Amino acid sequence: MSASAAPMNGFGPRAAIELDCAAAPPATVLVRGARLLDPRAELDKLGDVLVRDGRIAELGESLKAPEGAEVVDAEGLHALPAFVDPHVHLRTPGREDEEDIDSGTRAAAAGGFCAILAQPNTEPVVDSAPVLRSLRERARAEARIPTGFLAAITVGQQGERLTEMAELAEVGAAGFTDDGLPVRSAGVMRQALQYQLLAGRVLALHEEDASLSGNGVMHEGEMSALLGVAGIPSVSESTMVARDCALALYEHGRIHVQHVSARETVDAIERAKAAGTQVTCEATPHHLLLTDEAVRTLDTNMKMNPPLRAEADRQALIEALRSGAIDCIATDHAPHAREEKEQPFELAPMGVTGLETAFAALHTGLVLPGVVELGLLVERMTAGGAPFGLAVPSLAPGSPANLCLVDLEAEWDVGDAGYESRSANCAFAGRRLTGRVRMTIADGAVAYRERSFALGAVA
Amino acid sequence: MHPHLLSVDDLSREDIERILGRAESFAEVSGREIKKVPTLRGRTVINLFYEASTRTQSSFELAAKRLSADLITLKAAGSAVEKGESLKDTVQTLSAYDPAAIVIRSPHAGAAGLVARWTQAAVINAGDGKHEHPTQALLDLYTLKRRAGSLEGLSVWIVGDVLHSRVARSNILAFTRMGCRVTVCGPPTLIPRGIESLGCRVRHTLDELGSADVVYALRMQRERMTGSFVPSLREYAAQYQIDGRRLGPSQLLMHPGPVNRGVELSAEVIDSPQALIAEQVESGVVVRMAVLYELLAGRGAPSGVPADTETEPQPA
Repeated sequence: MSASAAPMNGFGPRAAIELDCAAAPPATVLVRGARLLDPRAELDKLGDVLVRDGRIAELGESLKAPEGAEVVDAEGLHALPAFVDPHVHLRTPGREDEEDIDSGTRAAAAGGFCAILAQPNTEPVVDSAPVLRSLRERARAEARIPTGFLAAITVGQQGERLTEMAELAEVGAAGFTDDGLPVRSAGVMRQALQYQLLAGRVLALHEEDASLSGNGVMHEGEMSALLGVAGIPSVSESTMVARDCALALYEHGRIHVQHVSARETVDAIERAKAAGTQVTCEATPHHLLLTDEAVRTLDTNMKMNPPLRAEADRQALIEALRSGAIDCIATDHAPHAREEKEQPFELAPMGVTGLETAFAALHTGLVLPGVVELGLLVERMTAGGAPFGLAVPSLAPGSPANLCLVDLEAEWDVGDAGYESRSANCAFAGRRLTGRVRMTIADGAVAYRERSFALGAVA
Repeated sequence: MHPHLLSVDDLSREDIERILGRAESFAEVSGREIKKVPTLRGRTVINLFYEASTRTQSSFELAAKRLSADLITLKAAGSAVEKGESLKDTVQTLSAYDPAAIVIRSPHAGAAGLVARWTQAAVINAGDGKHEHPTQALLDLYTLKRRAGSLEGLSVWIVGDVLHSRVARSNILAFTRMGCRVTVCGPPTLIPRGIESLGCRVRHTLDELGSADVVYALRMQRERMTGSFVPSLREYAAQYQIDGRRLGPSQLLMHPGPVNRGVELSAEVIDSPQALIAEQVESGVVVRMAVLYELLAGRGAPSGVPADTETEPQPA
């Protein structure tokens, strides 16, 4: 059977995914004189945006402020559709010392995000309806921006037994993933894909062959040879991606490959897409901007899984970001306690924070040198929810009001003024970045406003 | 010269030559009945060993004592480390004693570099995971130079488990820096991908071993057998053991110890006059004295004690 004749699963009968957010009053905001940029809406001009009743009410020039509206002087700023991050670790429940829903969503809003999807590798794992229900309840009290929760594919992320995926989907799981761990067994992976016909939702996959990764903690290459640190070969990721793409094609399943890091993986995904596999994928800012050269000093803020790879890999990711082989940007924001990162590299946990720096880092590293157009970056940073069936934020009139105001000329030193996140293990810590989010409106409410950002008078 | 000795990469050729020359003058002191010099009198050296070690630990102790330093040796077993204290807390606690130097051996790459960030003391890497063991490399250079005269242009073959060897990494860097040509040789499963970038070439058989001036055999750890890196010690020995048949009469043999007799080396070559293994151990003390001297004698003496202005060691 050809792929096009495949049943449309992944979004079956339970199509609507609900995100949760603390109640916030819909704002009436008039943004004045911003450069309005939304390539999908074919929008790139100076103008005003009126946000009212949760929607982009009007675009235009010299709009009149409605009574009670907050007027924001956005001269010199860009108004962009806000970003969506499909890959965030909120560490809740279990490690609220590292991040909680409040701090994590505050960090996201400060990075210009209007929606995020949280990963289920918490303590306990989000693998049952009661855990998911309680999380959603907490999000409705604490989340600053709409937040969705993925549930585990297998019980306890042990890779053995499927979770009650149908019930979890009914309770509101935005998708399924064992992120942090691969689904080792091809047989279990196949069953999950088959079960997708019933449960719907996308399977988001952390792709790694544990037998190839061994005890590796960084990319296997010249740098790992120099440092005497065990390496994770690129083929650990790419062979697993090839396996799962083959299974997804065979079962007509829909998969999303998380944090693509290697050139070989890009090749595998391009081949799978060409063959008609329903596969999407994401890449992180750190994999797009850094290489294993940054591991030379054994800085534990350069330790994450998958690891920073070679320059050829980074170039392949950038090319795939341009071509669309990589569908979206995801931060894989992974907070860790300071004492856990202040250890020898081999002992420190994997993961770096990135919500607050994602846009600025990519703007600095890819847009300013002319490698990637700003419009393309905006497209990829807003597209994170699409693989899961979420709407892509837009500035088009009538759309839900999800936008951020950014100053593309503001320079700042990462970490100098602290972080909104509870953790400080940022891959870009200490770097000077250009581009700063001044304000974020998520689902019609003001989710973030930089302290120093002057507010206009209320009309 | 850097304030710490973390990697051979921190040392220029001139640094290495100066340290080897200094070791030479300490060797002269070691030949005397009273083997002590007052250079580090009143200063404290802390040995912090998170891994069992006989040679490295004892030679660092002896080196510090012969320089008249006050010495503390801490081992992971029985210390606060065993009670869960972090490396950072341990180092900050020890730093309260105002040590002039901390010598650290750790099973983890980069541990010495971390310690250097957390203390004012000069930090000496006595082995960090599979990363580096710079004082071993220095004592190997010293030993070889004494026997061979000049290091320039020598062909050195490093044979065995390169993947898991900090000695291999430090020695590739050290030998190449001194003008040697280095070949690493071992089973493909035990040669790390990308090792050529350190400046060596790679061989997987001993076929061309005859071209070597120096054969440096690495210790083959029995525990590596469990990871099926090689099918058996028997097969390893058949392919890579240095024995009387493979070692030519003009070739020199080195090994960092302890030797697995009958695995990487046969008994006959260990006890042959070509073997420098005993000299390597002997060199450990004077080379580590030279390293302590290099790092500490240039620094200010503790208050109340006149600075040692001697540039050459004097017998006490």
